[in-house]
Formats: sequence, structure tokens, C-alpha cells
Amino acid sequence: MSYQFDFLWLGEYWPQIAKGIAITGQLTLVGGVVGVSLGIACAWARALGPGFLKPVVGAYVELIRNTPFLIQLFFIFFGLPSLGVQLGELSAANLAMIINLGAYSCEIIRAGIQATPRGQFEAGASLAMTPFETFRHVVLVPSLQRIWPALSSQVVIVMLGSAVVSQIAVEDLTFAANFIQSRTFRAFEAYIVSTLIYLALAILLRQAMLALGGLVFPRRAAR
Amino acid sequence: MTEFTTWDILRNLLLATRWTLLLSLVSFIGGSVVGLCLLWLRISPRAALRRLAKGYIELFQGTPLLMQLFIAFFGLGLFGIDVPAWLAAGVALVLWSAAFLAEIWRGCVEAIAKGQWEASASLGMGRLQQMRYVILPQALKIAIPPTVGFSVQVIKGTALTSIIGFVELSKAGTIVTNATFQPFTVYGLVALIYFALCWPLSKSSQILERKLNVAHRNH
Repeated sequence: MSYQFDFLWLGEYWPQIAKGIAITGQLTLVGGVVGVSLGIACAWARALGPGFLKPVVGAYVELIRNTPFLIQLFFIFFGLPSLGVQLGELSAANLAMIINLGAYSCEIIRAGIQATPRGQFEAGASLAMTPFETFRHVVLVPSLQRIWPALSSQVVIVMLGSAVVSQIAVEDLTFAANFIQSRTFRAFEAYIVSTLIYLALAILLRQAMLALGGLVFPRRAAR
Repeated sequence: MTEFTTWDILRNLLLATRWTLLLSLVSFIGGSVVGLCLLWLRISPRAALRRLAKGYIELFQGTPLLMQLFIAFFGLGLFGIDVPAWLAAGVALVLWSAAFLAEIWRGCVEAIAKGQWEASASLGMGRLQQMRYVILPQALKIAIPPTVGFSVQVIKGTALTSIIGFVELSKAGTIVTNATFQPFTVYGLVALIYFALCWPLSKSSQILERKLNVAHRNH
């Protein structure tokens, strides 16, 4: 009763896999760009923003960071329609990933902002910049540079976490694996192949994030 | 048609929370044991063992936990091993936690000054003795906050086991929703229960970090 591996189905089903990779990539791209932008806004609000915003953003961050992504996704997709907010599965998945990454990246970026030497804020003020201009031109970029490796890891984690969106019928890579599994009964092969694709995507995404960091952030002279 | 009160919903969810807690506990303890062995390999003087552990860690950190669960659940069944959902969930979560804990602890061990290794070696200690009496007690202090923080990830990770059919808090949420047609209330309550489990851990991790960092704050 030895098991015979069979990867012949790959020939027939690779379009599904390619489509799944495209959807996973699209979700990661939108989630990454919008999520990190939301994270920057929240980090500003939490570290430097007006007093009334701080507890609101704090509650958002704590709530998201202490509940599973799966439940956030289900709440948005199944729960919100009873409030009259009906989202398609792809929009729900995008929204869930943005909200999730927004909260995590807020904490990461806030750490970067808080590590900014006080003198930077004072220097900005002495050049007659408003607090917001100081943040925008003086504080933000070095802060992002400081925490870029941690932020890159978080984006990779969110990409891997996106596997669960298959549960609300988004046709991502995991969905493709499930589809192939149910058609061919080659569960082991289907999941091994998609797991390896995820691994390759994770390595690629990490390299891309680091390359982007090298491109965006100017090399600073030795301190 | 039966009417469900909020209390009916909450009671059923709380009953299922026991399984979330049990699975988290088993995963965390099992993951710690396997993680410690992995740490031993990861900082071994032999390059082959180090590479082996590094490969393991990268494999588990670079792939979705959901895929690991699927492979444990559907994959192993094909080899004639009958895998119930709770077993697949436990095995996958233990192996997954081990990878993360080993990597967290490696950072803590490497933060210990090299002189400590050299001093203990010069006292004629073997590697096991060095770890047991010199390195681990010091590394433990640094390791507590991130380890407590990771326990939150374990609790949240157990939510994925609902997908392979293990009935814990998330699965109970889906079942109760299907019975009551009140997804907003049910998933809201599920989220609040997870929050009640995770938030104290997150908070104590932060507080511990601040407390234990005091000694290092001399700049």
C-alpha cells in the first residue's frame, strides 16, 4: 500500500494556479500599499496627532492585533451586510487585509517615529515648519527607513495570512489548491505544490521589499 | 422556529472557547519543547545542523499556516494514516510554533555576550552545562516578553483549525451563525472573546518588556 505520487494534473490545472497566484498578488499589492498608508496615518495620529484621536486609533490597533484575521474577515463579509454594507468577496478580502495591515504597520511605524531624536522636531520647528510639515519632510522618511525590515516582514506575514480568504470564496492560490484537490483527489500533491509556490512568493516579496527600501531611501553618510 | 437569545449564543461560544484554550496550551507547550530542540540545532557548532534548523524555520515561517494544516490533515491521510482534525491541528500548530519560538529564542541567546561562552568554557563546562547554567538563565530574562507576545499568535493561529473542521471558538461561531442567522452578533462576540483572551497577554508582554528593559536603559 505504498502511495504513488502523481503530478500529471499540473499540465491541466496550471491556469487555475496562475489565476490563484495573480489574485494572491493583487490582494497583497492593494493590501500592502493601502494598508501601509493607513498605518502611516494611524502612526502619525497615535504618536503626534490631536488628543481625541489617540484613544480611537489605539482601540482600533488593539482590537485588530488581538483578534484572528479569519474572524475579521468573517465579520466584514458575513456580519456587515446586516448593517447594510454589502461587499463582494474580493472587496471584503481587500478591506480585511487593509484593516489588518493598517493596525500592525501602525505599531511598527510608530516605533520608528518615537525613535526619532527630539532635535529633529526642534530643528523642523526652528525652520518655521508646521508640526505636520516637520512630520512630512523631516521625521517620516528616516522613521520608515529605520523600521523597513520589520515592515517588510509584516507585509510577508499578511501575504501568507491571505490564504484564508479562500474561505469566503475568493479564488486565490489556496482556493486553486482546494479546487484541484477536490477534482483530482491528489490532496498531498496539490497542497505541496501550492505551499512551495507560497514559499517562493514569500522569498520574492521579501527581496522585492528590501530592494524597494534600497531604492527609496537615500544612503545616508556614516553617522 | 426556535428563537436564540444572546445568552444562548454566548454560552455556546464560551463552551467552545475551552477547546481554543486547550489547543493553544498544547501547541504552546509542545512548540516550546520542539522549539528548544530546534534552538539547540540552530546554534550548534556544526554547520550542517545549523543549516538544517534554519531550513526548517524558513520553511515554516515562509508558508501559510493554513497550508501546513491542510498538508497535515489531507496529506497524511493518503498514506493510510487516519488523521482526525484535532490531531492534525495539534501537530501542525506544534511544528509551526516551534519554528517561531526557536527563532525568537535564537535572538535572545545571541544577545548574550560572547565572553559568557568563553568564561564558562574556560571553567571546563561542556556545551550542555554552558547552556543550562550560564546562557539560558540569562537569555530567559530577555526571552520572556517576546515569548508571551508570541502566545497571542498561537491563540489567533488556532482559529485556522476551524477550516479543517476542528470545533473551537471560530468553528462554533460559524455553526451558531448557521443556526441563528445573526452573523453580526455572533462574529462580534467571537471577536470579543478572542480579544479577552489575547489582550491581557499582549499587555503583559508590553509591561514585562518595559520592566526588564530598565537595566539596559543607560543611554
